[in-house]
Amino acid sequence: MEGLVLSGLGRRFGNVDAVLDVDLALNPGEFVSLLGPSGCGKTTTLRMIAGFIDPTSGTISLNGRILSSPTGSIPPEKRGMSMIFQSYAIWPHMTVAENVAFGLKLRKLHTDEIRKRVGEILEVVQLNALAERYPAELSGGQQQRVALARAVVVRPSVLLLDEPLSNLDANLREEMRFEIRRIHDEFKITSVYVTHDQSEAMVTSDRIAVMNQGRIEQVDEPYKLYTKPRTRFVANFIGRTNFLSGRKENNSIAFDGFSLPSEVLGIAGTAGRDVAVSVRPQSLRLCAKEPIAPGQITLRGKVVERAFLGETWDYMFASEESMRLRVVAPPSDVFEIGAEAWVQLDPSQMVPIS
Amino acid sequence: MTSLSSSPSHTGIEAVASQSHVSWLRRFQPSSLLWIVLAVILVLLIIAPVGALVTKSFTDPATGGFTIQNYIDAYGKARHVEALINTLYMGAAVVVLSVLFGVPLAWACTRTDMPFRNIIRVGIFGAFVMPPYLGGVGWILLAGPNSGWINVVWQAITGSTEPLVNVFSFPGLVLVMAINTYFTVFILVSAAFEMINSEMEDAANMLGAGPFTTAMKVTLPLVLPSILGSALLTFLISIALYGVPALISIPARFPVVVIQLTEFFSYPLRVEVAAAYSIPLLLITAGLMALQRKLLARRGFAAVSGKGGERRIVKLGKWRWVVFVYSMFVVLLSVVLPLLVLLMAAFSRSWVGGISLDNLTLQNFRYVLFEHSSSQQALITSLTTGAAAATIAILLALAIAYIVQRRLLPMSGALGFLAMSPFVIPGIVLAIGFYAVYALPPVGLYGTYLILILAFTTRFLPIAYTTGTAGMRAIHPEMEEAVRILGGGRLTAISKVVGPLLKRTLASGWLLIFVPAAQELSTAVFLVGPNTRVVSVVLLDMSEEGLLERLSALGSVLLLIIVGVMAIGVRFLGRDFMLRRT
Repeated sequence: MEGLVLSGLGRRFGNVDAVLDVDLALNPGEFVSLLGPSGCGKTTTLRMIAGFIDPTSGTISLNGRILSSPTGSIPPEKRGMSMIFQSYAIWPHMTVAENVAFGLKLRKLHTDEIRKRVGEILEVVQLNALAERYPAELSGGQQQRVALARAVVVRPSVLLLDEPLSNLDANLREEMRFEIRRIHDEFKITSVYVTHDQSEAMVTSDRIAVMNQGRIEQVDEPYKLYTKPRTRFVANFIGRTNFLSGRKENNSIAFDGFSLPSEVLGIAGTAGRDVAVSVRPQSLRLCAKEPIAPGQITLRGKVVERAFLGETWDYMFASEESMRLRVVAPPSDVFEIGAEAWVQLDPSQMVPIS
Repeated sequence: MTSLSSSPSHTGIEAVASQSHVSWLRRFQPSSLLWIVLAVILVLLIIAPVGALVTKSFTDPATGGFTIQNYIDAYGKARHVEALINTLYMGAAVVVLSVLFGVPLAWACTRTDMPFRNIIRVGIFGAFVMPPYLGGVGWILLAGPNSGWINVVWQAITGSTEPLVNVFSFPGLVLVMAINTYFTVFILVSAAFEMINSEMEDAANMLGAGPFTTAMKVTLPLVLPSILGSALLTFLISIALYGVPALISIPARFPVVVIQLTEFFSYPLRVEVAAAYSIPLLLITAGLMALQRKLLARRGFAAVSGKGGERRIVKLGKWRWVVFVYSMFVVLLSVVLPLLVLLMAAFSRSWVGGISLDNLTLQNFRYVLFEHSSSQQALITSLTTGAAAATIAILLALAIAYIVQRRLLPMSGALGFLAMSPFVIPGIVLAIGFYAVYALPPVGLYGTYLILILAFTTRFLPIAYTTGTAGMRAIHPEMEEAVRILGGGRLTAISKVVGPLLKRTLASGWLLIFVPAAQELSTAVFLVGPNTRVVSVVLLDMSEEGLLERLSALGSVLLLIIVGVMAIGVRFLGRDFMLRRT
């Protein structure tokens, strides 16, 4: 099978499963993020792909060849991958050019070829003027670019990135996200990116694998992950959301104050079952008068909390049935606390979750 | 830029990765082999001598069978027991004096606006550089009962025929030891003072405590663990020290353990009794060292953390000169006076001859450098064995630190523990252990350079290991992982990245061992042969023969070499490289 494939991958430390039953297949040239809170097993997964940790169950294979399995693993140096580390791991006793050339020298390329490739990649990351500097003389962002150049110049079979932006300040971080995506578009290296920052993952990735407690909860494109989260954890971790709980009846789902046909939400199964639905605050509309909106659901209630965040209003709405909903509204939609209001829900933006 | 991605790959990595199964050989880590080698070396250097010491102490020299007769011989005589009690008594007195010297100076140098703090610091540092036995010789020249300079001046002024001071006495012995050991107190307590955040004292002030109350209720309790810890360390150093008692306690008729041990080692040689006699010293040291570690480890309650907050210095006003005079007094006693008289004696025809042009000569230096073959040979022996021990110890320590820090193998912590363990073995006891296992046939290393080098390596391995661990900690494991993921094996990572990054550690660790190893006495005293005498041993012989001028000249040469080596270290490694050891 083409690409990087993790199947049934697991790693135990003592009695704890750091990673459990992870299945993930990357197409050649694809950029996938492992996203999750700290301790979710994303870094352990990445280090297993790199070969620094051996799995205790499952396998990792690249283009059909087994790299790691519980019975044995190929050491990192024989995998043809490269990695960008959280600490950058730029060698302080080598110049920028020497750092970048290191992997090429290990591959025993001709000196002219090395010089040519180093020059080219330093141009890509806009560091050609600093080639003879030592890392201590560079800013954090420049060091990050050196790490990027050093990892990309060897044309790795897989590029691994371990929270590479977490040590940068906010502005630089935003800039480097696009930089990483730009370089990926240019070289099309199969990449695995570990991060706990959802916007970083969304900017850089073709697909995102959301991890929680050692397992992958969902793998999807950023847009789909946000609009169609499959689990409560994913819905909550990617953006903010409201959870509505309902009950399955014969052909409908009953919520507090309204009900919807089962097929609208695409929920099958037996009657009497509890059902949960995620609906984003941005997809709700807060109205001062009862809106006339066919096919939409309208709930009457009042505003109980509010916060003005500059770009938006953040309202907490409580329906007459005392269902609480967070609603995001544009700055011009001003409601006082205690004001009567109606919330309009679009059933097509309500997503059943497990 | 597209050329980058379209040109063919040269890596050769695909070829390797194409083998579908992972063979045993490819998974084999050379580090397992290294672990075994290191473990064997540590067993030879540490376990074997200590084991031999313990077994010898229970062995009948005639039959080779088990016996407790050695302990009866060792402790059956009142004189021998008295020496042990004397030693403990002396150790306690040295601790008191060291604390009186070290703590105020540490406070003055770190927390006050005392004038000339840097000069005082350099002076204290000098106390560390000067080998204890040279300080002892200096004080014999100063306070010898008949012709010591202080007494000569005193008698000239007062017309008295009685000496004012006598170094060959219990107070003399304690003073000469303390002028060397207070450095330990100073360093440890300074470190604690430097970590106290002024905000802790401010908090007490805000609640209404005056400066005195604050000092007694806040500052002092915060540094108390360090004071107690350094006091214990001082105690252990002083009871194990050989040079100063060898010079002073015999004429002072104050028998101590180390001197008694040399008696067992002189004719008739009784190694077994010496071993038995030294076991209590070993046990006391190990026990107190464990206590000291516990004291310093309980820092938690003191919250002496260096993070955040500033350290403000205390403005002493007029008192700053009082504090300065006291500090200067300590520096005078410990370094300036003994060094001055040592140098003067080195350039004198006769050290009792006073200061005059007639008395001035270079003859002593000519003698020790060009005429006296023992001195020349001793200088060479000291420098080469010191250099060899420093090299072996630091390389060994770095290899162990690497394995321990990177957790390459299970049980690597045991290697680290072993590497630190010589810390609890007094030098002279280590020498008995080495003698017992390696000196006599079948190994037969007595009188060789090798046995000295091995013993020095063991003696200074803890310093090397501490330095090596600190150096390794500073290298992020990702530095190596970056090499490996780019296609380099562990050996490439070590030779291209870890090695170059450890250069500084290597150099400062080497110097930290070379300096004390080149002047080491207590480990050498039972292991030197007629042709492998080190400088310290030759110096002691000269003192027994009363050749104090020549002794001073040879001592000055040794000091010059040590200071020169340290100056090189300071030049290339920065001012405080020596102080990191604690």
